[in-house]
Amino acid sequence: MTPRKTLSGRAAVLLQGDIDTDAILPKQFLRRIDREGFGELLFFEWRKDPAFVLNQPAAQGARILITGANFGCGSSREHAVWALRGCGFEAVIAPSFGDIFASNASKNGLMLVAVPDATVQALARRVEANPALEITVDVERCEVRAEGVSEKFALPNRVRRLFLEGLDEIGLTLADDALITAYEQRRPGWMPSIPKR
Amino acid sequence: MAETLASKIWKSHVVTEVEEGVDLLYIDMHLLNEVSCPQAFTGLDEKGRKVRRPRQSLGTIDHNNPTSLRTEEADPLSIVQAGTMVDNCRKQDIACYPAGHALQGIVHVIGPEQGLTLPGTTIVCGDSHTSTHGAFGTIAFGIGTSEVEHVLATQCLISRRPRQIRVTMDGTLPPGVTAKDAILGLIQQNGVAAGAGSVVEYAGSTIRAMSMEARMTVCNMSIEWGARMGLIAPDDTTLEYVKGRPYAPKGAAWDEAVAAWRQLRTDDGATFDEEIFVDATRLEPYVTWGTNPAQSVPVTGRVPEPANPEAERALRYMDLTPGTAMQDIEIDRVFIGSCTNSRLEDLIAAARIVEGRRVSPGVRALVVPGSMAVKAAAERIGLDKIFEAAGFEWRLSGCSMCMGLNPDSLGTNERCASTSNRNFENRQGPGGRTHLVSPIMAAAAALHGHFVDVRTLA
Repeated sequence: MTPRKTLSGRAAVLLQGDIDTDAILPKQFLRRIDREGFGELLFFEWRKDPAFVLNQPAAQGARILITGANFGCGSSREHAVWALRGCGFEAVIAPSFGDIFASNASKNGLMLVAVPDATVQALARRVEANPALEITVDVERCEVRAEGVSEKFALPNRVRRLFLEGLDEIGLTLADDALITAYEQRRPGWMPSIPKR
Repeated sequence: MAETLASKIWKSHVVTEVEEGVDLLYIDMHLLNEVSCPQAFTGLDEKGRKVRRPRQSLGTIDHNNPTSLRTEEADPLSIVQAGTMVDNCRKQDIACYPAGHALQGIVHVIGPEQGLTLPGTTIVCGDSHTSTHGAFGTIAFGIGTSEVEHVLATQCLISRRPRQIRVTMDGTLPPGVTAKDAILGLIQQNGVAAGAGSVVEYAGSTIRAMSMEARMTVCNMSIEWGARMGLIAPDDTTLEYVKGRPYAPKGAAWDEAVAAWRQLRTDDGATFDEEIFVDATRLEPYVTWGTNPAQSVPVTGRVPEPANPEAERALRYMDLTPGTAMQDIEIDRVFIGSCTNSRLEDLIAAARIVEGRRVSPGVRALVVPGSMAVKAAAERIGLDKIFEAAGFEWRLSGCSMCMGLNPDSLGTNERCASTSNRNFENRQGPGGRTHLVSPIMAAAAALHGHFVDVRTLA
């Protein structure tokens, strides 16, 4: 992952609660075996409606999505994150996120900014009044800023470091090999395993 | 100090603390399906990494395999994905049950069935319904593809210690009210996000009286109210279920395991971040009317007035008018299956409703057993004959129409009574309309062509 200190750009507004990963990237595209090519399939069913926000000229090139609570609930499909990233989104601002979606986002350079509903609404109103509004997500300071808005957001230290330092998380865990081996040596004998045929 | 069940299991799996509240957690068993892992294996290959503990992984194909005998129905991408799964498992020395294998099935059905799901262990899988395995007193949760890769390479995961909720459900479930209704009722009362970031321990006399299969139904839908994991303390019911299963410990190992499992309960005086109480005697058979699992009413109820823009949108999608009696809603399709409700007891209960009757003209009804072993067991007691005589299609095992990733999906505007877990827009097929119900409610709806109160059937 490329290290990133700040993310900034224009935003698209989709104020709806409980948007599930089935809506973000529908199931029929889960048969693919690579990580690429999901961007054009983002919100595939909803995009069939010409009035859908991502079909509007103002939303083209948006890099931030402003949306409702519990965004990304439901299925664990990481494809939903790949679709958002593939479509150019670098951050999502919402009151809260689905747990597995949040974990997936942190591994793919998609910054999730959880701020109070009032802040989400304030940002949405400003973007609707001025679609060219630039929003900045400052990862280093854990702060989201736009003209007239500045709000801190909570970010687990580890996720913050993944962004700032572009770490290989698996590589870091592999460096703890001695600890893992020591743990394995004290596991009880009844633990599940599938004998080699 | 008094400890919760979740804390005991979690702590016994901590390899090291990564940062405050975040641990490197050891994973005892890793279940794999064909949809969420191909990119993880590619990631390993790109870095030249090996699977650390192949004996602690099991692969199966469940999401996109056709469940009819018409194998030509499989689409080219699914064939490639299934082949990739088999190849990856072979290369990395992981056991895999492909379609056609006698042990193939939905990953959350075969883990328990084969005795791989054991109390006091940790299980992950690239599937959100991994919470199912919590029914055994197992820390089990769904992960994404990057985490699948992490577990393959390290047999560990970096994971935040969850918030803890206890749901105490007391009282006897009334006749016609099932484990599915218990969890639908709980979700209706609490909303789809109430469990976020949490492990939920289900306790109380209602849970204790449930079979393992019913407990799995409850834990399965933990994710539908946002929880990462569901959890039930192991007891005699659990031990009786596990004992003698193919991969369950045997002999001295069994005795050692049982001694450890007997310690697995929440101590008196242990505290939770939140406690929820449910009076099971007041629960009813539920039917969802909307597009999330919290949007339900008792079958005797009516489609409610929308309380918010999301509910308005849901009613538009579902093409329902407030005030309509749920029992007046006509259906086109019935799906009995999924990791929520496809086990033998579910099929037995549905068959009892169906026996000697006929599916309503115009309704197409499917029964998809959760595994080939469930299918075989059902056939040994003649359930296939009962369903087929009534006009149901009796299928091979798989996820099938829960998400329609295989050829079993709803057509546009088709309305389905489904025993699955998600009524999201377009989930069972683009433009399809899903109503979540229990297996006996689905069976009853199939016979009548509309929802009926299963309690009124003789």
